[in-house]
Amino acid sequence: MNKARHSPVHSIAAHAILIAYTMIALFPVVVIVINAFKSRKAIFRAPLALPDKDSFSLIGFETVLQQGDFLLYFQNSLIVTVVSLFLVLLFGAMAAFALSEYRFRGNTLMGLYLALGIMIPIRLGTVAILQMMVASGLVNTRTALILVYTAQGLPLAIFILSEFMRQVSDDLKNAGRIDGLSEYRIFFRLVLPLVRPAMATVAVFTMIPIWNDLWFPLILAPAEETKTITLGAQVFIGQFVTNWNAVLAALSLAILPVLILYLIFSRQLIRGITSGAVK
Amino acid sequence: MAAEQSTRPPIRWHIAVFLAPAVLIYTAIMILPLFNTLKLALYTDAQNAQVFIGLDNFRLLFGDERWSEQFWNALGNNVWFFIIHMLVQNPIGILLAALLSSPRLRMRAFYRTAIFIPTILSFVIAGFAWKLILSPLWGVAPNLLDFVGLKGLFQPWLGKEAYALTTLALISVWQFVGIPMMLIYAALLSIPDELLEAAECDGVTGMAQFWKIKLPLVLPAIGIISILTFVGNFNAFDLIYSTQGALAGPDFSTDILGTFLYRTFFGFQLQLGDPNLGAAIATAMFLIILIGVSIYLFGIQRRLRRYQF
Amino acid sequence: MTFKHMKLALLAATMLGSAGTAMAEDVTLTIESWRNDDLPIWQEKLIPAFEASHPGIKVKFAPSAPTEYNAVLNSKLEAGTAGDLITCRPFDASLSLYNKGQLVAIQDLPNMKNFGDVAKAAWSTDDGSATFCVPMASVIHGFIYNAEIFEELGLEAPKTVDAFFALLDKIKEDGSYIPMAMGAKDQWEAATMGYTNIGPNYWKGEEGRLALIKGEQKLTDEDWVEPFRQLAKWAPYLGDGYEAQAYPDSQNLFTLGRAAIFPAGSWEISIFNEQADFKMGAFPPPVQKEGDTCYISDHTDIGIGMNAKGPNQEAAKTFLNWVGSAEFASLYANSLPGFFSLSNETVEMEDPLAKEFVSWRESCKSTIRPAHQILSRGTPNLWNEMWNVSANVLRGAQTPEEAGETLQKGLASWYEPQKQ
Repeated sequence: MNKARHSPVHSIAAHAILIAYTMIALFPVVVIVINAFKSRKAIFRAPLALPDKDSFSLIGFETVLQQGDFLLYFQNSLIVTVVSLFLVLLFGAMAAFALSEYRFRGNTLMGLYLALGIMIPIRLGTVAILQMMVASGLVNTRTALILVYTAQGLPLAIFILSEFMRQVSDDLKNAGRIDGLSEYRIFFRLVLPLVRPAMATVAVFTMIPIWNDLWFPLILAPAEETKTITLGAQVFIGQFVTNWNAVLAALSLAILPVLILYLIFSRQLIRGITSGAVK
Repeated sequence: MAAEQSTRPPIRWHIAVFLAPAVLIYTAIMILPLFNTLKLALYTDAQNAQVFIGLDNFRLLFGDERWSEQFWNALGNNVWFFIIHMLVQNPIGILLAALLSSPRLRMRAFYRTAIFIPTILSFVIAGFAWKLILSPLWGVAPNLLDFVGLKGLFQPWLGKEAYALTTLALISVWQFVGIPMMLIYAALLSIPDELLEAAECDGVTGMAQFWKIKLPLVLPAIGIISILTFVGNFNAFDLIYSTQGALAGPDFSTDILGTFLYRTFFGFQLQLGDPNLGAAIATAMFLIILIGVSIYLFGIQRRLRRYQF
Repeated sequence: MTFKHMKLALLAATMLGSAGTAMAEDVTLTIESWRNDDLPIWQEKLIPAFEASHPGIKVKFAPSAPTEYNAVLNSKLEAGTAGDLITCRPFDASLSLYNKGQLVAIQDLPNMKNFGDVAKAAWSTDDGSATFCVPMASVIHGFIYNAEIFEELGLEAPKTVDAFFALLDKIKEDGSYIPMAMGAKDQWEAATMGYTNIGPNYWKGEEGRLALIKGEQKLTDEDWVEPFRQLAKWAPYLGDGYEAQAYPDSQNLFTLGRAAIFPAGSWEISIFNEQADFKMGAFPPPVQKEGDTCYISDHTDIGIGMNAKGPNQEAAKTFLNWVGSAEFASLYANSLPGFFSLSNETVEMEDPLAKEFVSWRESCKSTIRPAHQILSRGTPNLWNEMWNVSANVLRGAQTPEEAGETLQKGLASWYEPQKQ
């Protein structure tokens, strides 16, 4: 690490700002979590109060666990998210490498084509996508969701990764070429490890909309066996009455796995940076 | 080079291999269905058959004030939504990233994780939390303001035309500030130590170091963030839909292109969905975004100087 | 539709009535619905009752969130993956499905004789020649009050508008309670529980509604503007910051005992029964002068029809016929007090509050919401506009006269009979 001179004033100011912002970031989350453990009346009577002897209630969690196999829903969400994520990162990094490394005719055009997907909401293609899944017999399978999410995640992944890959040293790659490494090896052995921080970032961005998506599970895989956790939670948002206990409980539970996934990637992010061989 | 002129260069198959999986999946599952939908903009529904009508849907959208007023209102609101993000979200993101990347900072991982948590939340839960906090009835925001002696400042923000959109934009900033923070953080960390040490030897430290050395180096990342913010904002929909409803009240003051599009395309209450006109709106939005992205790709991105480390 | 499914459906149909001999695989019907509130009632009461009398047919209730329902249903119908039975929104949303050939005409089901023309109107073609959904329930509007607060302050349910405001003044003077729980944020609250709740007393129910359709009255007429004036007068009696008060906020204000009166739809009955721990009463929208005829908004709200491309047509018909029966009417009305059966069969209800609401059908004249039939077919959509201007009037952002003008201008821009 560098030997920057370090004034305590700066450090205190930095901490003060970070703590202040952390409080802003966490306050609403805290509101959600403490209210997930309270009775409905207590939620609205005193939304800021911590659950105490009177107001503590697990009714939300009980309702959630009664109304469907939430363990299965978790599993579905996890499989769909992790597999889509893997495919997005792999295919996205490959395409980004091709775009950023090689000069070929139509490079910019291909880049623009691959970016079109972030400009139109994919929901508009719902009917055609559903028809395609019906034709291929994929309705009510996790495969259908994985395919859609992979397609949906690719444009952004390619867009971000190609920007980062442009910063990877040419000397390094050329040295590899002189050593006789194939282009595939250069990509997998030299470039991928160097863009790990960017990969981790993209992973986080890709994961969140997939985990939180309600629309495609509802359309493509509403069956009990393939329901995702977010879809499971929407049962509690009614026409006239919303069961806030259950919604808060279900969604608080649903945050946990994403949080863990995020922590894994963020550790990866740090490791990717510190083990960067080029410095 | 001279040798290559006589024989054609070999086809570089590896480029195709690298591109193929992404291009195939993306084309089949995203582009074709979307193209199929956008095509509807040129048709109209006549007794359950699609009839080609050329640009009539666009004439209706821009020529008939019943539609054009809504469109321009939504576009104007969307621009304001975007401006707030650029003015608030991105500077905060850069500041937080800069602080997080400062050397020897303790509790770095904690801050980074905590600040990112809102980004993980679904819109339902973010919307609920803020509705509860800002509600005039349940007293969270009024009490907090009272605590700092500013109770007089409290307004039922989400119910006032003058404030609702800005309030929602700030909620959205709260939720998504993690994204610019992480991207810039990653970019700052990849600046080689040697460079910074050299700067310190020249006496460039602290704020000066940030402005003169680091900021120029992370400009490409800021560029990406700006364009992602632009695209994200002009496609935004869920937050407003879940907090203000499909009619984007009060009095359409929070209607942005996304909510206008969904209301038209899928319908709402007694208003039937109109996929044809909806597709026309989507096409208009697509063109707006395409113009923005093209300006970035062809105008800005090429001028940004990149440093390879 | 596969041949196998077809065979199963035929098999199931032929086996109806021969209970006990059913050995073949059961047919499973799936119901699409936006009423996820009702999931437990379907699972615990309605479906078991049906399955007990109809061996060989299984039923699955698969609701989605109400805000997503129309979009999801339309997408599924287009692609052919929708369930066998479709819960029908009233009027045009379902009519357009029928016109696209996605719903089947079912007026020939034997039990359709149990429904009158008014009940069927919400799910029939304009000429009444075809009906495509079995009417399930209507909702009645009025006011629910906290009987304990009324007792404490010595108040009585008001009959006239003057008595109504005198009552609100008294509660306000006392100061311990918010007189009325209503917010302007979720626009529909102001429209359905405000404007179209009290309005029928001014536009004389069906008389005014039909005159509007024929083009004989305008939304700028006194009969249509006066309810907006009334609505505007409510503002001082609502809670602080009611501009940003959402519908769940209003519900909670009332059920937590902080507000005295709740402008309501009858669906609240089952919710309030569960959530409020005080006695409640109800009164119909107050009339202008003592002795005036009273009108109530008794709105046809839910029906159920069958998917034209569903694999189990015969079983679906059997189910729909059962929904038309007296057995279903009684089961449904009693499991969901506040959703009133539209059947001509007399339905005994147990809930006192529900009984109070339904008794108004005898003393007052019923009408449906004015924007629903025919008038919301164009752009701008009259019902959407009513949501918006009702909330505007309540917030004081538009005067009652301006609200009427906005509505009239919008309607006249596309509806022939209203064009000069």
